Amino acid sequence: MSIKTGEGPDIRSSRLAQEDYSKNFGDIHPPLASHEAYVEADRCYFCYDAPCTVACPTSIDIPMFIRQISADNVKGAAKTIFEENILGGMCARVCPTETLCEQACVRQEAEGKPVKIGLLQRYATDHLLEEGDKVFERAALTGRKVAVVGAGPAGLACAHRLAMHGHDVTVYDARKKAGGLNEYGIAAYKSVDGFAQREVEFLLSIGGITLDLGKSLGKELSLSDLRQKYDAVFLGMGLAGVNSLRAEGEELDGVVDAVSYISDLRQSTDLSRLPVGRKVVVIGGGMTAVDAAVQSKLLGAEEVTILYRRGKEQMNASDYEQDLAQTKGVTIRHWVKPNRLIGVNGKVSAIECEYTEEKAGSLKGTGETFTLNADMVFKAIGQNFVAAPLNGSAEVVELESGRIRVGEDRRTSLGDVWAGGDCIAGGEDLTVAAVEDGKVAAEAINAFLSR
Amino acid sequence: MADISSNFLGIKSPNPFWLASAPPTDKEYNVVRAFEAGWGGVVWKTLGENPHVVNVNGPRYGAIHGNDRRLLGLNNIELITDRSLEINLEEITRVKKNWPDRALIVSLMVPCEEQNWIDILKRVEDTGCDGIELNFGCPHGMSERGMGAAVGQVPEYVEMVTRWCKTHSDLPVIVKLTPNISDVRQSARAAHRGGADAVSLINTINSIVGVDLDLMAPTPTVDGKGTHGGYCGPAVKPIALNMVAEIARDPETQGLPISGIGGITTWKDAAEFMVLGSGNVQVCTAAMTYGFKIVTELAEGLSNWMDEKGYSSLDDFVGQAVPNVTDWKYLNLNYIAKASIDQDLCIKCGRCHIACEDTSHQAITATVDGVRKFEVIDDECVGCNLCVSVCPVEDCISMVQMTEGTDPRTNKPIDPGYANWTTHPNNPSAVKAAE
Repeated sequence: MSIKTGEGPDIRSSRLAQEDYSKNFGDIHPPLASHEAYVEADRCYFCYDAPCTVACPTSIDIPMFIRQISADNVKGAAKTIFEENILGGMCARVCPTETLCEQACVRQEAEGKPVKIGLLQRYATDHLLEEGDKVFERAALTGRKVAVVGAGPAGLACAHRLAMHGHDVTVYDARKKAGGLNEYGIAAYKSVDGFAQREVEFLLSIGGITLDLGKSLGKELSLSDLRQKYDAVFLGMGLAGVNSLRAEGEELDGVVDAVSYISDLRQSTDLSRLPVGRKVVVIGGGMTAVDAAVQSKLLGAEEVTILYRRGKEQMNASDYEQDLAQTKGVTIRHWVKPNRLIGVNGKVSAIECEYTEEKAGSLKGTGETFTLNADMVFKAIGQNFVAAPLNGSAEVVELESGRIRVGEDRRTSLGDVWAGGDCIAGGEDLTVAAVEDGKVAAEAINAFLSR
Repeated sequence: MADISSNFLGIKSPNPFWLASAPPTDKEYNVVRAFEAGWGGVVWKTLGENPHVVNVNGPRYGAIHGNDRRLLGLNNIELITDRSLEINLEEITRVKKNWPDRALIVSLMVPCEEQNWIDILKRVEDTGCDGIELNFGCPHGMSERGMGAAVGQVPEYVEMVTRWCKTHSDLPVIVKLTPNISDVRQSARAAHRGGADAVSLINTINSIVGVDLDLMAPTPTVDGKGTHGGYCGPAVKPIALNMVAEIARDPETQGLPISGIGGITTWKDAAEFMVLGSGNVQVCTAAMTYGFKIVTELAEGLSNWMDEKGYSSLDDFVGQAVPNVTDWKYLNLNYIAKASIDQDLCIKCGRCHIACEDTSHQAITATVDGVRKFEVIDDECVGCNLCVSVCPVEDCISMVQMTEGTDPRTNKPIDPGYANWTTHPNNPSAVKAAE
């Protein structure tokens, strides 16, 4: 293969006809119509000690909400969901159900066709959000105040549960909108029609939660101040840092952080104005890699390749996500690592790759290389926690493996500070796990404040 | 290939599947379509006297559905034919002439006066039809006027009208029975005493099929009001089967031919009615749900089953299950069965466990050695079959007879002999076994 190093990179917007953008970025799983939901609900066996519920990080009583749908009590179904997972609408869209509830469904074992729990959950939660019924009431006000740092899934879930218990909550976030990765990070086709904001509005409708946006720890806020002003603090600020490739040429133009690209895409009001390369290479093996690759393809990139240094089984992206990528025309190449990025006039034009293999437990290059042309290279090799903004407090929040160390009840090394979501050690990088962290922490904070 | 041709009371039809007296048999147009589709016979929708009745002009049917809108039960408030007697008789005459190999029975309902019956019988005989069916069954509308179920619920009336018909007509007389009574044998015996050639059952069951919670009125709702109607379809089959069997095994009506009716939808339903003593069967709701084409499945299915079993004609199996319908007191109390769960088929839904744990005998585990596993505890299992009934996987749980050893629940040895309640020591009126 000859390398066309003489050609400039081809990165541009408007690769597609206008109508193709709305088609490509439409709802990936159209919602169930009511008859479909009714029929699907009938497939649920209402298992005893249901494996789906056990598999759900937030322990939603899945057989119960499906039975409620079946009995034409959709509002009750939504309440069952939201009681355990206040972001149940978004989780219905983004949860890797095929490795959680639907994998555990006994019908998966029986016939390889689990009950469509995710879609049923969406059916119920959509219904309630559309109807706008209020299902949660606050307990008698306690006069206690809690600060939540980060308006992502963990912070919002924590804030809602605290507000329910009668505490007043202020939620801070560095961004202009609440929602965290639900608003800025998830692939657009999983959350259409501004759903993330609608869900935030629904969540806030309980009252007692004040959003204070555009403020971040280490700048406008300090942990020691928050601890002084509030009775308790919850940290749910996610991961601010992006792992570096540590490969030559990383600084070239056209080498882009996938997380911020997806964020730009989510905030774009006109996708035809978002530039994308003709040949795109994505480095990484997680959900973010797949989201970046698929969306590049949907924006009109001609060739999109994911490079992952290990095999299919080790990829963090679920089988479903990998299949989705391939269905959308993305090539996934396993056992390949980037050696260096080749540039022309400061702009990336190709990437030199090396095959890898695992020998005696460690990953090594085989020495065999090849080169791929690339107009754009996405880095999607994970994010890291930036601990610096926590400094400034008299006492230091202890870390573990670079993230905040918490106990079973999500309490940090500081007695009045809790944490959850991606920023804690052992975080699972899942919306639903972050919601559970927030919920568990809120219960612990409530117990702490009710002493 | 088995012969499924039917001879019921000397009335021949190419198969034992007749359409019951109901909306599908109200007009020549429908009946001809049915015969073209292959139905063996029809019972023409009930004729009455002039002036003909009228029907409501709003909804006449209400239904019970499964989640996928499968129709499980149907309820109707339609009355007998609302066309003139003359038009019906003219059409019946023509249809019978054009379809001589099919059975054509005329259903009748007139007031309980002998002269009224004499008058209509003469006119019906002139059509050339094969027989008459006396509608003593409809539970709605006509019963308010002293007909239908109002007659069928009084054995003396059943006997009286049957006798009139036998006296004043040479046609075979089938008496259609209402299930809206406490003991169907009383009605069947009355028909038998009156000289009936056969009974047919069941007619529809009196019912309110549902209530509209917004209108606060029963469905189907006519201008804000509803009334009780006749319930039929798959949901009524078990009730019908029992009534058929009760008549078939009643010594007083033994040998009285039965035309089985009640929720028959597939060949298997038909076979069940027939082995319980029905010489033929009548179908309505299944045709009203799916159209006349279903008769193809009914005929082929029955024929295939007969081939498999080696039955060459209907007589080979009609009534074969009747001797095995008995009273509870004669069931063998020495028969011991235990549930057994096939662990390879088990999908671990736990329904057997929770059904047994909450509502029965605590005889199925939820975990074994800390692992989710559903196993029968023989020490507790009474062999009730609830777990089999609630298990979603076919053949996963079966009832296995214990033929030797000791029943671990009672610690009593298995007795290979037969013993029933009539001789059981706990029975105060037990008959002492002769020494």
